[in-house]
Amino acid sequence: MAKDNEQTLSAAEEIAPAIHVAPSPHLSSTSTSTKQMMLDVLIALVPVVGTAIYVFQMYAVRQLVICVATCLLAEAAFTRMRGKPLSLQDFSAAVTGVILALSLPGTAPWFVGVIASITAIGIGKIIFGGVGMNIFNPAMVGRAFVMISFATFLGASGYQDVNSAVDAITQATPMDAFKQSGVVASIPALFWGVTNGSLGETSAVASLIGGIYLCIRRTASWEIPVGVLAAVAVIGGIAGLLQPESEWTVLHHILGGSLLFGAFFIATDPVTSPLTPKGKLLFGIGVGVFIMLLRIFSGYPEGVMFAVLLMNGVTPLINRWTIPRPLGAK
Amino acid sequence: MAFNFKFLGSGGTFPHGVHPPERKTFAENAAIEVMPPPERVMIPLLQNVGAPSKPAVKTKATVAFGEKIADAGAFVSVPIHSPVGGKVMKMGTITLPNGRHVPAVPIKAEGEQVSGRALWDEIFGGEWPREGLDRYTQKEIVDAIQKAGVVGLGGATFPTHVKYVPNDEKPIDTVLINGCECEPYLTSDYRMMIEVPEPIITGALLLGQVTRARNIIIGIEDNKPNAIEVMRKAAGGTGIKIAVFRTKYPQGSEKQLILAATGRKVPLGGLPLDVGVAVSNISTAAVVARAVLRGKPLTHRVISVTGAGIRTPKNLLAPIGVSMGDLIDYCGGLTRDAARIVAGGPMMGFAFSDMATPVTKGTSGITVLTHGDLKREVETNCVRCGRCVDACPMNLVPSKLALASRKKDIDLAQLYNIMACFECGSCAYICPAQIPIVQLVRTGKAVVIGASKK
Repeated sequence: MAKDNEQTLSAAEEIAPAIHVAPSPHLSSTSTSTKQMMLDVLIALVPVVGTAIYVFQMYAVRQLVICVATCLLAEAAFTRMRGKPLSLQDFSAAVTGVILALSLPGTAPWFVGVIASITAIGIGKIIFGGVGMNIFNPAMVGRAFVMISFATFLGASGYQDVNSAVDAITQATPMDAFKQSGVVASIPALFWGVTNGSLGETSAVASLIGGIYLCIRRTASWEIPVGVLAAVAVIGGIAGLLQPESEWTVLHHILGGSLLFGAFFIATDPVTSPLTPKGKLLFGIGVGVFIMLLRIFSGYPEGVMFAVLLMNGVTPLINRWTIPRPLGAK
Repeated sequence: MAFNFKFLGSGGTFPHGVHPPERKTFAENAAIEVMPPPERVMIPLLQNVGAPSKPAVKTKATVAFGEKIADAGAFVSVPIHSPVGGKVMKMGTITLPNGRHVPAVPIKAEGEQVSGRALWDEIFGGEWPREGLDRYTQKEIVDAIQKAGVVGLGGATFPTHVKYVPNDEKPIDTVLINGCECEPYLTSDYRMMIEVPEPIITGALLLGQVTRARNIIIGIEDNKPNAIEVMRKAAGGTGIKIAVFRTKYPQGSEKQLILAATGRKVPLGGLPLDVGVAVSNISTAAVVARAVLRGKPLTHRVISVTGAGIRTPKNLLAPIGVSMGDLIDYCGGLTRDAARIVAGGPMMGFAFSDMATPVTKGTSGITVLTHGDLKREVETNCVRCGRCVDACPMNLVPSKLALASRKKDIDLAQLYNIMACFECGSCAYICPAQIPIVQLVRTGKAVVIGASKK
């Protein structure tokens, strides 16, 4: 390239370069783009997806394929209906599909995945105006819709199928087993993920690896998972102190259920969480508090989905509360 | 007000900011070259913040090198002097890179011109004493600066004499001399520090003298180890401290420089004066030295002509008023893939296309960018990732400012302090969605100002 520029031409051959003007700044960082951030999320999801396929086998593969395909088709159809250009290449629909699939139980029938995906994209994202415009986490919107519509499939008992060929699915989920019968799962089982649960929640270590990768890449802001985990640890610790005879410890709360998956992959969705570091911490703490309230006091064994949706609604208020003080302001 | 010495070791910095590629290698090893006097210069009558200057010569008049051709138009204004000997032509209008149309005095060079080594010696040569400067009174120094037409050469072009008028209510205890040059590509300040440190030191001492400041600090980024060493040696025994800062954009911005060097925060909407600090660029200091000691005016300045789009990047000692075209031609012309010519650096400079545009007192460099430098992704929606919030050196929320500007929502813009933005470009630089945040903020500010005028 350099040699090409320095080649001397005769005056007749010299073509004046086309100079244009534009406003400053004239440089742009090449290290990130929206597409790159979405790809980062997909890369970070590889350990979780891998574990899901290992533990749940065909259930996981089927759910992932259905959700991702439906999300992509739904986005294509809805954006066409709005008369907007196709936006699939920013990978946001694919990310929604994967996260949605990982938040569903493997046993959910195919139409649950399809309906959840269409709702997630259509109502969770497109009607707000597309990527970046939505208030609520699209995957959680889809999941909440099918949770309430198909209570049997997504209720705690829906996860268990004693006749399944896959080992994990024959057991109850650890959270439900504790809620219903006081059975306390072993920490290693929760950590490595050979338990039942929604596809992505079982392996704590996979979520941790992926989540830390996202935080290092700054695609997820670390303040949110730290806030979630801190709130859960504090409330779990208090609960543990109030019931010293219980074997369900803070560590069980952190490693069990979809807490780690939710803290690193769902709550960290930048569109639906606050803009400033302080706001993100507040948001994370709020999510953690709601998760614990739902786990301890509600009929649901798990609370991540509703906790995230509730805090999504509070995000605009948190943004107002945490407007940073400009340099030199009183 | 506490003075924070801990940053004088090294590594002092300010919160946030970005790290654009430095790209100093294009011109950093090019010694300052004296540009041959051009055949004609076009001197704009407004080259500073404040009021325009009034012409003091008639058409067809003959002027000498250094002769005054325009008087200050008000207190916040400066006289302007001719950089060549020749004949004044009929006054015209010129468009500056920032888009302003200003009247300008063309001067056709005639006869023998001071050039080459002689011009270098005239501007930079001779003795630059460090002792005995206390014989100059404050009034003498300020008057000499005003008479010489000195404005801030860092780019803000504020009339220097106004900045240093002694103020009993707001005394200055620290003079900061800015050698950071945080914009990518530009190397004019760097070369000045390496090649002519003496007038900078003398100028710094004079500015300390006029303010009766307790501390004189020269701030340099740590990507210029040669300059740091030379300046340290030159400042030895004078009491001037050399502060080394972590290389980060925009370290050279006034408020950020004050914060890193002294820990003080300039109040919003206020001036460095409000925290007892005065900041001047190292080139300004050098010009002040020549003005006070020898009574000579500002007629030339060092300009970096650099970038991948210029055939031979150089640092030139060029006359005020020479056309950009002449400068570019002297540096070998544009390369075939040159795409954008910027007056200043790539983060805050103004792009221009008219080669007749003249160099003004505030032109610190010309950066020629190629198509490759400018390539970027398509703009997408803001996903509120918050990188702009992490980058903004003023602690603002650029994402919201961009939104408020798009919607022309004045209340939202003011809630998020849109007027505190000094358009450094850090947010737009880092934005993954390629949103033109700074341009949106500019339009938002115009809407806010327009509404407040009603």
